[in-house]
Amino acid sequence: MAEHAKRLGMEVSIAVSHAVQMARAEAIAAYPITPQTHIVEHLSSLVANGDLEAEFINVESEHSALSACVGTSAAGARTFTATSSQGLALMHEILFIASALRLPIVMAVANRALSGPLSIWNDHSDIMAARDIGWIQVFVENGQEAFDHTVMAFKMAENSQVLIPTMVNMDGFILTHVVEALEIPEQALIDRFLPPYVPRHQLDPKRPMTMGAFAMPEIYLEVKMKHQVTLMNSYDRILAIWEEWGRLTGRHYQPVERFRTEGAKILLLTMGCLGEVAAVAVEELREQGLPVGLLSLRLWRPFPFAALREAVNGAELVIVCDRALSLGGGAPPVLAEVRSAFYSLASRPAMLGYIIGLGGRDVSPEDFKEIVARAQKENPEAPSQEFFLYGVRG
Amino acid sequence: MKPLEQTTWQEIELGGLLREPGSARAYKTGDWRSQHPVWTKSRCIRCGVCWTVCPEPAIIQEPGGYFDMDPDYCKGCGICARECVTGCITMVPEEE
Repeated sequence: MAEHAKRLGMEVSIAVSHAVQMARAEAIAAYPITPQTHIVEHLSSLVANGDLEAEFINVESEHSALSACVGTSAAGARTFTATSSQGLALMHEILFIASALRLPIVMAVANRALSGPLSIWNDHSDIMAARDIGWIQVFVENGQEAFDHTVMAFKMAENSQVLIPTMVNMDGFILTHVVEALEIPEQALIDRFLPPYVPRHQLDPKRPMTMGAFAMPEIYLEVKMKHQVTLMNSYDRILAIWEEWGRLTGRHYQPVERFRTEGAKILLLTMGCLGEVAAVAVEELREQGLPVGLLSLRLWRPFPFAALREAVNGAELVIVCDRALSLGGGAPPVLAEVRSAFYSLASRPAMLGYIIGLGGRDVSPEDFKEIVARAQKENPEAPSQEFFLYGVRG
Repeated sequence: MKPLEQTTWQEIELGGLLREPGSARAYKTGDWRSQHPVWTKSRCIRCGVCWTVCPEPAIIQEPGGYFDMDPDYCKGCGICARECVTGCITMVPEEE
Protein backbone atom coordinates (compact mmCIF):
# COMPACT_ATOMS: atom_id res chain seq x y z
CA MET A 1 0.00 0.00 0.00
CA ALA A 2 1.35 3.37 -1.00
CA GLU A 3 2.14 5.79 1.80
CA HIS A 4 -0.71 8.05 2.90
CA ALA A 5 -3.23 6.18 0.75
CA LYS A 6 -6.70 5.83 2.20
CA ARG A 7 -8.58 2.55 2.09
CA LEU A 8 -12.27 3.17 1.60
CA GLY A 9 -15.35 1.13 0.84
CA MET A 10 -17.29 2.52 -2.08
CA GLU A 11 -19.35 1.63 -5.11
CA VAL A 12 -17.12 1.13 -8.13
CA SER A 13 -19.03 3.74 -10.20
CA ILE A 14 -18.39 6.31 -7.48
CA ALA A 15 -14.72 5.31 -7.42
CA VAL A 16 -14.53 5.97 -11.16
CA SER A 17 -16.01 9.45 -10.73
CA HIS A 18 -13.50 10.12 -7.93
CA ALA A 19 -10.72 9.07 -10.27
CA VAL A 20 -12.00 11.61 -12.81
CA GLN A 21 -12.20 14.25 -10.07
CA MET A 22 -8.67 13.52 -8.85
CA ALA A 23 -7.43 13.55 -12.45
CA ARG A 24 -8.81 17.12 -12.52
CA ALA A 25 -10.92 16.67 -15.63
CA GLU A 26 -11.88 20.06 -17.04
CA ALA A 27 -14.81 19.15 -19.25
CA ILE A 28 -17.41 16.41 -19.04
CA ALA A 29 -20.27 15.83 -21.42
CA ALA A 30 -22.43 12.80 -20.88
CA TYR A 31 -25.92 11.41 -21.17
CA PRO A 32 -27.13 9.00 -18.49
CA ILE A 33 -27.70 5.37 -19.43
CA THR A 34 -27.95 2.27 -17.28
CA PRO A 35 -25.55 0.97 -15.92
CA GLN A 36 -23.22 3.94 -16.41
CA THR A 37 -25.60 6.35 -14.64
CA HIS A 38 -23.95 6.51 -11.22
CA ILE A 39 -20.63 7.57 -12.70
CA VAL A 40 -21.99 10.67 -14.40
CA GLU A 41 -24.61 11.44 -11.74
CA HIS A 42 -21.88 11.62 -9.14
CA LEU A 43 -19.62 13.70 -11.38
CA SER A 44 -22.52 16.04 -11.99
CA SER A 45 -22.92 16.62 -8.23
CA LEU A 46 -19.18 17.02 -7.75
CA VAL A 47 -19.24 19.80 -10.33
CA ALA A 48 -22.48 21.34 -9.00
CA ASN A 49 -21.11 21.38 -5.43
CA GLY A 50 -17.86 23.00 -6.49
CA ASP A 51 -15.76 19.94 -5.64
CA LEU A 52 -14.58 19.62 -9.22
CA GLU A 53 -13.75 22.67 -11.29
CA ALA A 54 -15.05 21.47 -14.62
CA GLU A 55 -17.59 22.31 -17.25
CA PHE A 56 -20.38 19.72 -17.11
CA ILE A 57 -22.27 19.86 -20.40
CA ASN A 58 -25.77 18.41 -20.33
CA VAL A 59 -26.79 17.11 -23.72
CA GLU A 60 -29.79 15.42 -25.29
CA SER A 61 -28.07 12.27 -26.57
CA GLU A 62 -24.83 10.33 -26.60
CA HIS A 63 -24.17 11.50 -30.16
CA SER A 64 -24.16 15.04 -28.80
CA ALA A 65 -22.22 14.02 -25.68
CA LEU A 66 -19.25 12.77 -27.66
CA SER A 67 -19.57 15.62 -30.15
CA ALA A 68 -19.32 18.08 -27.25
CA CYS A 69 -16.28 16.15 -25.98
CA VAL A 70 -14.65 16.50 -29.40
CA GLY A 71 -15.18 20.24 -29.07
CA THR A 72 -13.86 20.60 -25.52
CA SER A 73 -10.87 18.36 -26.22
CA ALA A 74 -10.09 20.27 -29.42
CA ALA A 75 -10.18 23.47 -27.35
CA GLY A 76 -7.53 21.93 -25.09
CA ALA A 77 -9.54 20.74 -22.07
CA ARG A 78 -8.96 17.45 -20.27
CA THR A 79 -12.17 15.71 -21.25
CA PHE A 80 -14.15 12.77 -19.87
CA THR A 81 -17.34 10.99 -20.78
CA ALA A 82 -18.97 7.69 -19.95
CA THR A 83 -21.59 5.54 -21.61
CA SER A 84 -22.88 2.05 -22.19
CA SER A 85 -24.52 -0.17 -24.80
CA GLN A 86 -27.06 1.80 -26.88
CA GLY A 87 -25.28 5.00 -25.86
CA LEU A 88 -22.00 3.75 -27.27
CA ALA A 89 -23.84 2.67 -30.40
CA LEU A 90 -25.36 6.15 -30.76
CA MET A 91 -21.86 7.66 -30.44
CA HIS A 92 -20.57 5.38 -33.15
CA GLU A 93 -19.74 7.80 -35.96
CA ILE A 94 -18.14 10.31 -33.58
CA LEU A 95 -15.96 7.58 -32.02
CA PHE A 96 -14.00 7.34 -35.27
CA ILE A 97 -13.79 11.11 -35.63
CA ALA A 98 -12.46 11.62 -32.08
CA SER A 99 -9.60 9.20 -32.70
CA ALA A 100 -8.89 10.42 -36.23
CA LEU A 101 -8.58 13.97 -34.87
CA ARG A 102 -6.24 12.51 -32.20
CA LEU A 103 -8.19 14.01 -29.30
CA PRO A 104 -7.24 12.45 -25.94
CA ILE A 105 -10.76 11.98 -24.58
CA VAL A 106 -11.17 9.42 -21.80
CA MET A 107 -14.33 7.34 -21.68
CA ALA A 108 -15.58 4.82 -19.16
CA VAL A 109 -17.77 2.17 -20.74
CA ALA A 110 -20.03 0.23 -18.39
CA ASN A 111 -20.29 -2.79 -20.67
CA ARG A 112 -23.82 -3.91 -21.40
CA ALA A 113 -25.58 -6.03 -24.00
CA LEU A 114 -26.88 -4.34 -27.12
CA SER A 115 -30.56 -4.55 -28.02
CA GLY A 116 -32.38 -6.55 -29.18
CA PRO A 117 -33.89 -8.10 -27.33
CA LEU A 118 -33.67 -5.15 -24.97
CA SER A 119 -31.29 -5.98 -22.14
CA ILE A 120 -29.75 -3.74 -19.54
CA TRP A 121 -27.42 -6.48 -18.31
CA ASN A 122 -23.77 -7.11 -18.81
CA ASP A 123 -21.82 -8.55 -21.70
CA HIS A 124 -19.29 -7.17 -24.20
CA SER A 125 -21.45 -6.81 -27.31
CA ASP A 126 -21.36 -3.00 -27.03
CA ILE A 127 -17.60 -2.64 -27.13
CA MET A 128 -17.11 -5.40 -29.70
CA ALA A 129 -19.31 -3.43 -32.10
CA ALA A 130 -16.92 -0.51 -31.49
CA ARG A 131 -13.75 -2.57 -31.72
CA ASP A 132 -12.28 -0.87 -34.79
CA ILE A 133 -12.72 2.77 -33.79
CA GLY A 134 -9.00 3.46 -33.34
CA TRP A 135 -9.12 4.09 -29.58
CA ILE A 136 -6.94 2.52 -26.90
CA GLN A 137 -9.19 0.00 -25.15
CA VAL A 138 -8.50 -1.40 -21.69
CA PHE A 139 -10.51 -3.87 -19.59
CA VAL A 140 -10.56 -3.93 -15.80
CA GLU A 141 -11.46 -6.69 -13.35
CA ASN A 142 -12.27 -4.94 -10.08
CA GLY A 143 -12.93 -1.56 -8.48
CA GLN A 144 -9.30 -0.81 -7.72
CA GLU A 145 -8.39 -1.41 -11.34
CA ALA A 146 -11.32 0.73 -12.48
CA PHE A 147 -9.99 3.61 -10.35
CA ASP A 148 -6.35 3.12 -11.33
CA HIS A 149 -6.99 2.72 -15.04
CA THR A 150 -9.29 5.74 -15.21
CA VAL A 151 -6.48 7.91 -13.81
CA MET A 152 -3.87 6.26 -16.04
CA ALA A 153 -6.08 6.55 -19.13
CA PHE A 154 -5.66 10.35 -19.08
CA LYS A 155 -1.90 10.03 -19.00
CA MET A 156 -1.92 7.44 -21.79
CA ALA A 157 -4.28 9.39 -24.02
CA GLU A 158 -2.51 12.71 -23.47
CA ASN A 159 1.05 11.46 -23.99
CA SER A 160 2.47 13.64 -26.75
CA GLN A 161 3.63 10.55 -28.66
CA VAL A 162 0.18 8.94 -28.34
CA LEU A 163 -2.70 11.46 -28.39
CA ILE A 164 -5.31 8.78 -28.88
CA PRO A 165 -8.62 8.66 -26.99
CA THR A 166 -8.79 5.90 -24.41
CA MET A 167 -11.61 3.73 -23.22
CA VAL A 168 -11.77 1.94 -19.88
CA ASN A 169 -14.17 -0.99 -20.09
CA MET A 170 -15.81 -2.18 -16.91
CA ASP A 171 -18.55 -4.77 -16.72
CA GLY A 172 -21.94 -3.17 -16.09
CA PHE A 173 -23.64 -3.96 -12.77
CA ILE A 174 -21.46 -6.94 -11.85
CA LEU A 175 -18.57 -4.51 -11.51
CA THR A 176 -19.96 -0.97 -11.68
CA HIS A 177 -22.57 -1.51 -8.98
CA VAL A 178 -20.64 -3.52 -6.40
CA VAL A 179 -19.12 -1.99 -3.28
CA GLU A 180 -15.45 -2.73 -2.85
CA ALA A 181 -12.62 -1.73 -0.56
CA LEU A 182 -10.36 0.57 -2.56
CA GLU A 183 -7.08 2.28 -1.97
CA ILE A 184 -7.41 5.94 -2.96
CA PRO A 185 -4.03 7.65 -3.33
CA GLU A 186 -3.45 11.16 -2.06
CA GLN A 187 -4.23 14.00 -4.43
CA ALA A 188 -0.54 15.02 -4.36
CA LEU A 189 0.50 11.64 -5.76
CA ILE A 190 -2.00 11.88 -8.61
CA ASP A 191 -0.96 15.47 -9.36
CA ARG A 192 2.66 14.33 -9.56
CA PHE A 193 1.74 11.41 -11.80
CA LEU A 194 -0.65 13.37 -13.99
CA PRO A 195 0.40 16.99 -14.60
CA PRO A 196 -2.05 19.36 -16.31
CA TYR A 197 -2.80 18.54 -19.93
CA VAL A 198 -0.69 20.52 -22.38
CA PRO A 199 -2.27 20.09 -25.82
CA ARG A 200 0.05 19.71 -28.78
CA HIS A 201 -2.56 21.38 -30.91
CA GLN A 202 -5.77 23.16 -29.99
CA LEU A 203 -8.38 25.42 -31.45
CA ASP A 204 -7.21 28.98 -30.96
CA PRO A 205 -8.54 32.02 -32.84
CA LYS A 206 -5.04 33.52 -32.72
CA ARG A 207 -3.54 30.56 -34.59
CA PRO A 208 -6.22 29.29 -36.96
CA MET A 209 -6.08 25.69 -38.13
CA THR A 210 -8.44 23.19 -39.67
CA MET A 211 -9.36 20.03 -37.78
CA GLY A 212 -11.40 17.41 -39.55
CA ALA A 213 -10.70 18.49 -43.10
CA PHE A 214 -11.84 16.04 -45.73
CA ALA A 215 -9.27 13.78 -47.34
CA MET A 216 -8.97 13.08 -51.04
CA PRO A 217 -8.35 9.49 -52.17
CA GLU A 218 -4.69 10.54 -52.65
CA ILE A 219 -4.20 11.05 -48.90
CA TYR A 220 -6.84 9.06 -46.93
CA LEU A 221 -4.70 5.92 -46.88
CA GLU A 222 -1.65 7.77 -45.52
CA VAL A 223 -3.73 9.33 -42.71
CA LYS A 224 -5.04 5.86 -41.74
CA MET A 225 -1.55 4.37 -41.85
CA LYS A 226 -0.30 7.05 -39.47
CA HIS A 227 -3.18 6.29 -37.08
CA GLN A 228 -2.50 2.55 -37.18
CA VAL A 229 1.25 2.95 -36.61
CA THR A 230 0.70 5.41 -33.76
CA LEU A 231 -1.84 3.15 -32.08
CA MET A 232 0.47 0.13 -32.31
CA ASN A 233 3.43 2.21 -31.09
CA SER A 234 1.41 3.50 -28.13
CA TYR A 235 1.97 0.04 -26.61
CA ASP A 236 5.42 0.91 -25.21
CA ARG A 237 4.17 4.20 -23.77
CA ILE A 238 1.21 2.48 -22.15
CA LEU A 239 3.50 -0.05 -20.48
CA ALA A 240 5.84 2.70 -19.28
CA ILE A 241 2.88 4.57 -17.74
CA TRP A 242 1.61 1.40 -16.02
CA GLU A 243 5.12 0.79 -14.71
CA GLU A 244 5.32 4.31 -13.29
CA TRP A 245 1.97 3.82 -11.57
CA GLY A 246 3.26 0.51 -10.20
CA ARG A 247 6.28 2.22 -8.68
CA LEU A 248 4.08 4.89 -7.05
CA THR A 249 1.27 2.67 -5.78
CA GLY A 250 2.65 -0.87 -5.63
CA ARG A 251 -0.04 -1.99 -8.08
CA HIS A 252 1.48 -3.41 -11.25
CA TYR A 253 -0.44 -4.06 -14.45
CA GLN A 254 0.34 -6.13 -17.52
CA PRO A 255 -1.33 -6.26 -20.94
CA VAL A 256 -1.95 -9.97 -20.38
CA GLU A 257 -2.34 -10.84 -16.69
CA ARG A 258 -1.32 -14.33 -15.62
CA PHE A 259 -2.71 -16.40 -12.78
CA ARG A 260 -1.29 -19.83 -11.87
CA THR A 261 0.24 -20.23 -15.32
CA GLU A 262 3.39 -22.00 -14.06
CA GLY A 263 3.53 -25.36 -15.84
CA ALA A 264 -0.04 -24.93 -17.10
CA LYS A 265 -1.06 -27.16 -20.01
CA ILE A 266 -4.56 -25.71 -20.19
CA LEU A 267 -5.19 -21.96 -20.12
CA LEU A 268 -8.49 -20.22 -19.66
CA LEU A 269 -8.52 -16.76 -21.26
CA THR A 270 -11.03 -14.13 -20.16
CA MET A 271 -11.45 -10.38 -20.48
CA GLY A 272 -13.08 -8.21 -17.81
CA CYS A 273 -14.24 -9.04 -14.32
CA LEU A 274 -15.12 -12.70 -14.98
CA GLY A 275 -11.38 -13.26 -14.69
CA GLU A 276 -11.76 -13.17 -10.92
CA VAL A 277 -14.51 -15.79 -11.10
CA ALA A 278 -12.37 -17.97 -13.34
CA ALA A 279 -9.46 -17.59 -10.88
CA VAL A 280 -11.55 -19.27 -8.18
CA ALA A 281 -12.18 -22.21 -10.52
CA VAL A 282 -8.49 -22.39 -11.51
CA GLU A 283 -7.46 -22.47 -7.85
CA GLU A 284 -9.82 -25.37 -7.16
CA LEU A 285 -8.79 -27.30 -10.28
CA ARG A 286 -5.13 -26.85 -9.35
CA GLU A 287 -5.87 -28.36 -5.95
CA GLN A 288 -7.30 -31.35 -7.80
CA GLY A 289 -4.00 -31.60 -9.66
CA LEU A 290 -5.11 -30.32 -13.06
CA PRO A 291 -2.43 -28.12 -14.71
CA VAL A 292 -4.78 -25.19 -15.44
CA GLY A 293 -3.89 -21.50 -15.54
CA LEU A 294 -5.65 -18.27 -16.36
CA LEU A 295 -4.85 -15.39 -18.68
CA SER A 296 -6.78 -12.18 -18.40
CA LEU A 297 -6.55 -9.85 -21.35
CA ARG A 298 -6.27 -6.29 -20.04
CA LEU A 299 -5.23 -4.46 -23.20
CA TRP A 300 -7.59 -5.08 -26.11
CA ARG A 301 -6.40 -2.23 -28.38
CA PRO A 302 -3.57 -2.07 -29.28
CA PHE A 303 -3.73 -5.86 -29.18
CA PRO A 304 -0.71 -7.26 -27.29
CA PHE A 305 0.35 -9.93 -29.79
CA ALA A 306 3.89 -10.50 -28.44
CA ALA A 307 2.85 -10.49 -24.76
CA LEU A 308 0.09 -12.99 -25.50
CA ARG A 309 2.42 -15.36 -27.34
CA GLU A 310 4.83 -15.18 -24.44
CA ALA A 311 2.10 -15.75 -21.85
CA VAL A 312 0.70 -18.76 -23.70
CA ASN A 313 4.14 -20.31 -24.13
CA GLY A 314 4.09 -24.02 -23.30
CA ALA A 315 0.33 -24.50 -23.01
CA GLU A 316 -1.33 -27.17 -25.14
CA LEU A 317 -4.88 -25.85 -25.04
CA VAL A 318 -6.23 -22.30 -24.74
CA ILE A 319 -9.91 -21.97 -23.88
CA VAL A 320 -11.00 -18.49 -24.96
CA CYS A 321 -14.10 -17.19 -23.21
CA ASP A 322 -15.88 -14.49 -25.19
CA ARG A 323 -18.68 -12.23 -23.94
CA ALA A 324 -19.99 -11.40 -27.41
CA LEU A 325 -21.28 -13.25 -30.43
CA SER A 326 -20.31 -12.59 -34.03
CA LEU A 327 -23.69 -13.34 -35.59
CA GLY A 328 -23.36 -15.15 -38.87
CA GLY A 329 -19.61 -15.44 -38.43
CA GLY A 330 -17.26 -18.04 -37.06
CA ALA A 331 -15.03 -17.33 -34.11
CA PRO A 332 -16.28 -14.67 -31.68
CA PRO A 333 -14.10 -11.53 -31.46
CA VAL A 334 -11.57 -12.44 -28.75
CA LEU A 335 -11.09 -15.98 -30.08
CA ALA A 336 -10.59 -14.63 -33.60
CA GLU A 337 -7.92 -12.21 -32.40
CA VAL A 338 -6.15 -14.77 -30.22
CA ARG A 339 -6.14 -17.28 -33.08
CA SER A 340 -4.70 -14.70 -35.45
CA ALA A 341 -1.87 -14.07 -32.97
CA PHE A 342 -0.80 -17.70 -33.34
CA TYR A 343 -1.75 -18.66 -36.88
CA SER A 344 1.63 -17.86 -38.42
CA LEU A 345 3.60 -19.77 -35.78
CA ALA A 346 4.92 -23.25 -36.54
CA SER A 347 4.00 -24.50 -33.09
CA ARG A 348 0.78 -23.27 -31.59
CA PRO A 349 -1.64 -24.45 -28.93
CA ALA A 350 -5.08 -25.82 -29.74
CA MET A 351 -7.86 -23.30 -29.17
CA LEU A 352 -11.50 -23.67 -28.25
CA GLY A 353 -14.03 -20.89 -27.94
CA TYR A 354 -16.80 -20.65 -25.36
CA ILE A 355 -19.25 -17.76 -25.31
CA ILE A 356 -20.39 -17.07 -21.77
CA GLY A 357 -22.51 -14.62 -19.83
CA LEU A 358 -24.43 -13.03 -22.69
CA GLY A 359 -27.09 -10.49 -21.69
CA GLY A 360 -26.30 -10.87 -17.99
CA ARG A 361 -26.50 -14.68 -17.76
CA ASP A 362 -24.73 -15.52 -14.51
CA VAL A 363 -21.35 -17.26 -14.66
CA SER A 364 -19.99 -19.03 -11.59
CA PRO A 365 -16.69 -20.81 -10.81
CA GLU A 366 -18.62 -24.06 -11.36
CA ASP A 367 -19.30 -22.97 -14.94
CA PHE A 368 -15.60 -22.43 -15.63
CA LYS A 369 -14.86 -25.89 -14.17
CA GLU A 370 -17.55 -27.36 -16.41
CA ILE A 371 -16.07 -25.54 -19.45
CA VAL A 372 -12.62 -26.98 -18.69
CA ALA A 373 -14.14 -30.47 -18.32
CA ARG A 374 -16.04 -30.19 -21.61
CA ALA A 375 -13.03 -28.75 -23.42
CA GLN A 376 -10.93 -31.73 -22.36
CA LYS A 377 -13.44 -34.05 -24.00
CA GLU A 378 -13.24 -32.21 -27.33
CA ASN A 379 -10.79 -33.20 -30.01
CA PRO A 380 -8.99 -29.86 -30.30
CA GLU A 381 -7.87 -30.63 -33.86
CA ALA A 382 -11.47 -31.11 -34.93
CA PRO A 383 -13.84 -29.62 -32.35
CA SER A 384 -17.49 -30.65 -32.61
CA GLN A 385 -18.45 -26.99 -33.15
CA GLU A 386 -16.69 -23.86 -34.38
CA PHE A 387 -17.45 -22.34 -30.96
CA PHE A 388 -19.76 -23.19 -28.10
CA LEU A 389 -22.60 -21.09 -26.71
CA TYR A 390 -22.13 -22.29 -23.17
CA GLY A 391 -25.33 -22.87 -21.21
CA VAL A 392 -27.77 -22.47 -24.08
CA ARG A 393 -30.89 -24.59 -23.61
CA GLY A 394 -32.13 -26.95 -26.30
CA MET B 1 2.51 22.52 -49.20
CA LYS B 2 3.72 19.29 -50.82
CA PRO B 3 1.32 17.85 -53.40
CA LEU B 4 -0.99 15.27 -51.80
CA GLU B 5 0.02 12.46 -54.11
CA GLN B 6 3.67 12.83 -53.05
CA THR B 7 3.05 13.04 -49.28
CA THR B 8 4.08 9.96 -47.27
CA TRP B 9 2.27 8.77 -44.15
CA GLN B 10 5.20 9.91 -42.02
CA GLU B 11 4.72 13.46 -43.27
CA ILE B 12 1.04 13.63 -42.35
CA GLU B 13 0.37 16.27 -39.71
CA LEU B 14 -1.01 14.84 -36.46
CA GLY B 15 -4.71 14.16 -36.81
CA GLY B 16 -4.68 15.33 -40.42
CA LEU B 17 -4.46 18.93 -39.16
CA LEU B 18 -4.16 21.73 -41.64
CA ARG B 19 -2.22 24.69 -40.30
CA GLU B 20 -2.50 26.75 -43.47
CA PRO B 21 -5.83 28.56 -43.58
CA GLY B 22 -7.77 28.49 -46.83
CA SER B 23 -6.27 25.23 -48.03
CA ALA B 24 -9.45 24.44 -49.97
CA ARG B 25 -8.13 26.92 -52.56
CA ALA B 26 -5.65 24.27 -53.63
CA TYR B 27 -8.51 22.08 -54.81
CA LYS B 28 -9.79 23.46 -58.09
CA THR B 29 -13.36 22.23 -58.37
CA GLY B 30 -13.88 23.92 -61.74
CA ASP B 31 -13.12 20.73 -63.64
CA TRP B 32 -16.30 19.13 -62.27
CA ARG B 33 -18.28 21.55 -64.44
CA SER B 34 -20.46 20.40 -67.33
CA GLN B 35 -22.20 23.78 -67.70
CA HIS B 36 -21.48 27.34 -66.65
CA PRO B 37 -23.47 30.50 -65.95
CA VAL B 38 -23.56 33.34 -68.43
CA TRP B 39 -24.88 36.78 -67.37
CA THR B 40 -26.92 38.98 -69.69
CA LYS B 41 -25.68 42.36 -68.47
CA SER B 42 -28.62 44.33 -69.96
CA ARG B 43 -30.99 42.52 -67.54
CA CYS B 44 -28.65 42.37 -64.51
CA ILE B 45 -29.59 44.77 -61.69
CA ARG B 46 -26.34 43.99 -59.77
CA CYS B 47 -28.34 42.90 -56.70
CA GLY B 48 -25.79 40.23 -55.71
CA VAL B 49 -28.23 37.37 -55.08
CA CYS B 50 -26.09 35.10 -57.30
CA TRP B 51 -22.99 36.01 -55.30
CA THR B 52 -24.86 35.34 -52.04
CA VAL B 53 -26.26 31.93 -52.95
CA CYS B 54 -23.17 30.47 -54.65
CA PRO B 55 -22.10 27.61 -52.36
CA GLU B 56 -18.42 27.68 -53.29
CA PRO B 57 -18.14 30.79 -53.47
CA ALA B 58 -17.17 30.97 -57.14
CA ILE B 59 -18.79 34.19 -58.26
CA ILE B 60 -16.67 37.30 -58.55
CA GLN B 61 -17.91 40.86 -58.58
CA GLU B 62 -16.13 42.83 -61.25
CA PRO B 63 -15.36 46.56 -61.35
CA GLY B 64 -18.65 48.20 -62.29
CA GLY B 65 -20.60 45.86 -60.02
CA TYR B 66 -21.50 43.12 -62.51
CA PHE B 67 -20.82 39.47 -61.74
CA ASP B 68 -19.04 36.57 -63.41
CA MET B 69 -18.02 33.07 -62.47
CA ASP B 70 -14.55 32.05 -61.28
CA PRO B 71 -13.64 29.30 -63.75
CA ASP B 72 -11.24 27.64 -61.28
CA TYR B 73 -13.98 26.85 -58.77
CA CYS B 74 -17.42 27.07 -60.42
CA LYS B 75 -18.90 23.54 -60.40
CA GLY B 76 -21.75 24.53 -62.69
CA CYS B 77 -24.46 23.70 -60.15
CA GLY B 78 -26.81 26.33 -61.53
CA ILE B 79 -28.10 27.66 -58.21
CA CYS B 80 -27.23 31.21 -59.30
CA ALA B 81 -29.35 30.85 -62.45
CA ARG B 82 -32.24 29.33 -60.46
CA GLU B 83 -32.21 32.16 -57.89
CA CYS B 84 -31.48 35.15 -60.13
CA VAL B 85 -34.15 37.79 -59.52
CA THR B 86 -34.40 39.00 -63.11
CA GLY B 87 -33.58 35.72 -64.84
CA CYS B 88 -30.44 37.20 -66.41
CA ILE B 89 -28.29 34.07 -65.87
CA THR B 90 -28.33 31.24 -68.42
CA MET B 91 -26.56 27.92 -67.90
CA VAL B 92 -24.56 27.07 -71.01
CA PRO B 93 -23.12 23.57 -71.60
CA GLU B 94 -19.33 23.34 -71.59
CA GLU B 95 -17.70 22.78 -74.95
CA GLU B 96 -15.87 19.48 -75.43
